[in-house]
Amino acid sequence: MAEEEVKKAKKEAIPRQKMPEQAPEVRRRNFKEVPTGYTPETAILEAQRCLQCKKPGCVEGCPVQVDIPGFINHIKEGDFTGAARLLWQKNSLPAVCGRVCPQEVQCEGVCIVGKKGQPVAIGNLERFAADYERINGKGELPPKAPPTGKKIAVVGSGPSGLTVAGDLIAKGHEVTVLEAFHKPGGVLVYGIPEFRLPKEIVFSEVAFMEKQGVKLECNSVVGRTVTLDELFAQGYDAVYVGVGAGLPTFMNIPGENLIGVLSANEYLTRANLMKAYLFPEYDTPIVKGKNVVVLGAGNVAMDSARTAMRLGADNVKIVYRRSRQEMPARAAEIHHAEEEGIEFFLLTAPTRFLGDEKGRITGMECLKMELGEPDQSGRRRPIPVKGSEFKMDCDLVIVAVGAGANPLLTQSTPELSLNKRGYIIADPETGKTTKKGVWAGGDIVTGSATVILAMGAGRKAADSIHNYLKWGW
Amino acid sequence: MFKIVKREEMAGGTVILNEIEAPLIAGKAKPGQFVILKANETGERIPLTMADTDPQKGTITVIYMVVGKSTALFKTLKVGEGYKDVIGPLGKPTHVEKVGTVVCVGGGTGVAVLHPITRALKEAGNHVIAIIGARNKGLLILEEQMKAASTELHVCTDDGSYGHKGFVTEVLKKMLETKDVKLVVGIGPVPMMKFVSKMTKEFNVKTLVSLNPIMIDGTGMCGGCRVSIGGETKFACVDGPEFDGHQVDYDGLMQRLQAYCDEEKECYGTFCKLNP
Ligand SMILES: Cc1cc2nc3c(=O)[nH]c(=O)nc-3n(C[C@H](O)[C@H](O)[C@H](O)COP(=O)(O)OP(=O)(O)OC[C@H]3O[C@@H](n4cnc5c(N)ncnc54)[C@H](O)[C@@H]3O)c2cc1C
Ligand SMILES: Cc1cc2nc3c(=O)[nH]c(=O)nc-3n(C[C@H](O)[C@H](O)[C@H](O)COP(=O)(O)OP(=O)(O)OC[C@H]3O[C@@H](n4cnc5c(N)ncnc54)[C@H](O)[C@@H]3O)c2cc1C
Ligand code: SF4
Ligand code: FES
Repeated sequence: MAEEEVKKAKKEAIPRQKMPEQAPEVRRRNFKEVPTGYTPETAILEAQRCLQCKKPGCVEGCPVQVDIPGFINHIKEGDFTGAARLLWQKNSLPAVCGRVCPQEVQCEGVCIVGKKGQPVAIGNLERFAADYERINGKGELPPKAPPTGKKIAVVGSGPSGLTVAGDLIAKGHEVTVLEAFHKPGGVLVYGIPEFRLPKEIVFSEVAFMEKQGVKLECNSVVGRTVTLDELFAQGYDAVYVGVGAGLPTFMNIPGENLIGVLSANEYLTRANLMKAYLFPEYDTPIVKGKNVVVLGAGNVAMDSARTAMRLGADNVKIVYRRSRQEMPARAAEIHHAEEEGIEFFLLTAPTRFLGDEKGRITGMECLKMELGEPDQSGRRRPIPVKGSEFKMDCDLVIVAVGAGANPLLTQSTPELSLNKRGYIIADPETGKTTKKGVWAGGDIVTGSATVILAMGAGRKAADSIHNYLKWGW
Repeated sequence: MFKIVKREEMAGGTVILNEIEAPLIAGKAKPGQFVILKANETGERIPLTMADTDPQKGTITVIYMVVGKSTALFKTLKVGEGYKDVIGPLGKPTHVEKVGTVVCVGGGTGVAVLHPITRALKEAGNHVIAIIGARNKGLLILEEQMKAASTELHVCTDDGSYGHKGFVTEVLKKMLETKDVKLVVGIGPVPMMKFVSKMTKEFNVKTLVSLNPIMIDGTGMCGGCRVSIGGETKFACVDGPEFDGHQVDYDGLMQRLQAYCDEEKECYGTFCKLNP
């Protein structure tokens, strides 16, 4: 056997290293993070599984082309700081992405090792390197170009806006981030729960940016507190709009305004941003349902269901009109939800909500569905089964069937062209909008997508803004 | 921090006025708009309408009734202290134009919300008849200010301790019967707005009310503030807070305002025990 092949055979003998997790019976009642992270030893062992491919599939599978074999090699050599540095070159929030990216359809989905066995745990390794550097690193600031005297306003402090801010401050510009909420982070803070992404991680990333000179102004609702034109009048040279897809979608069926029917946005904002899970230590209350129904089957639905379980529900049901195959959530979230005892009612759709004389929800009427021909999205269209009506009791319904474009900012800026659904039209390569000096990216352009795509759009826009400030529109 | 520069107690300490430094908001706010305030790290986001603004000084004024934990916490804030967060201006401003004779009806702390609207309507050239009411004389607020802001002022108390004895709707009825009223603006407790709207409907007079559902973000992202207007769901924080009074589902609004009453009682009870 050639030396190469011996090495390969050895690597294949190492099984994929599992991350230790809180046991399902325990974690379903607390808000602490579920997986507890690799030790340096398990990380090095996992890193040894990587074949260091010459033509790595994983890099192509990554929306921002992180040098995956490169950072894994640093981990293998025990140089964790080096690994984190390499990650930062392409991804400014690796501790976040390691936790929330849908790796199974990106890098890990095309990893060569995964062809025969289980792919290299790229997400876990990314998380490990970033956590290690955050906790043990010296917090050394990245190099910064000399001041250019240009000022940029970034509207929205989600992953997309934060990426733009981080990139442009490093290029020597002055950057101010304007955020409508009283805390920065976007969905990372108000949407994704603590047990999946500890808020301390997001705040430490933001604090790191502030240390580099990024100014943060919370409580600034652009479109109300200040408009885009006023920002230009105040001396900003360019504006990036990364306001996310913050408009809740409801089902438009009877009884939707009953007490106990909440949008996932409201439920999760109360729980996460306002810390209602710590009520009454924190002042914001939340409906603590015993029989909870969550409508939808994406990440937002899984987060809502698992939050409800942690708030003391007796049972939590995911009700989804298509089948398991079409569920859009990350595989890990579905798996964790099932382990925690969340039940799945697939091919089921509600037709009306029922309430008592006080206007509180008591149940809903449902119909069974079957799958027909594929629709525009390519997924098979659910069709109601005649005579399959049945009733489901519940005292809390969380509606997690998607989000739309919030018109608050765009209404106040008529020069921004929008598509039919109200999202901002921006050049996919540069992020340029139809208004001079204004860029946009993330969910407000693509509709609800992923953290990494929002960050990727931010990086492209930052490059384009930098060029504009040097050479013009 | 958003510093409190002036503080007054009204209606026997049940209603508090705060003038707060918030130059960006003061420069932009229009009558009918509101802010969201959060006192401290653990606090709730509480919506309050701006009763006044001073763009030169860079201040806004809010007037609120102490009804639960958060407003009780606000009451403890002294001049020189302040709110951790103030967000605004939020909501659509009142549509102000010259229409002729307008009646502005206010009950309870609704008078505070009504005050800047009354003034703006008068400045636009309308004949503004203001009717304000409270349960008794001690609870009446802003009488002097409303007198200055309107063309004529009528005062009512439920117990007759001051002004006309009875509800604001009784005086309103007289006005509707005797004058060519073009517009009624009614702001106060939900039952009051409901009765005002019922009455003006009989006289077929356009009526604006300002709704106060439970809110969180105030920017249209949660849908918690939804109200049913003419059978259609609207978000009060961005589509309102003012709506056509004849289209509002008041009973639905009243029910939704009770969504968290058990939790609110628990929270307020603990707070009162700790801060007697
Ligand atoms: C519950 C939930 C779970 C998710 N789970 C995952 C996951 O596991 N993996 C994954 O990849 N993706 C996940 N997503 C999707 C992902 O979070 C989003 O695609 C991503 O956050 C979009 O980033 P963004 O920067 O475009 O916008 P956002 O993160 O939405 O941030 C926008 C920010 O702009 C602010 N803003 C809005 N309007 C204004 C205004 N007028 N003025 C000033 N500021 C304003 C908002 O308050 C917000 O802070 C999840 C989403 C949700 C809701
Ligand atoms: C647009 C708007 C403008 C308002 N303007 C004024 C004003 O100028 N002066 C004034 O005195 N009051 C105003 N309110 C009402 C004020 O917000 C509530 O009285 C306050 O939130 C009560 O909080 P609490 O914790 O003290 O009482 P709680 O004990 O929490 O609640 C008492 C009652 O207040 C309502 N309430 C509770 N939380 C909220 C919330 N987050 N948002 C709205 N209502 C809530 C509920 O009906 C509840 O039953 C306004 C409300 C809105 C929506
Ligand atoms: S595809 Fe898999 S084995 Fe190849 S470099 Fe990427 S992570 Fe390593
Ligand atoms: S308060 Fe959240 S949408 Fe109005």
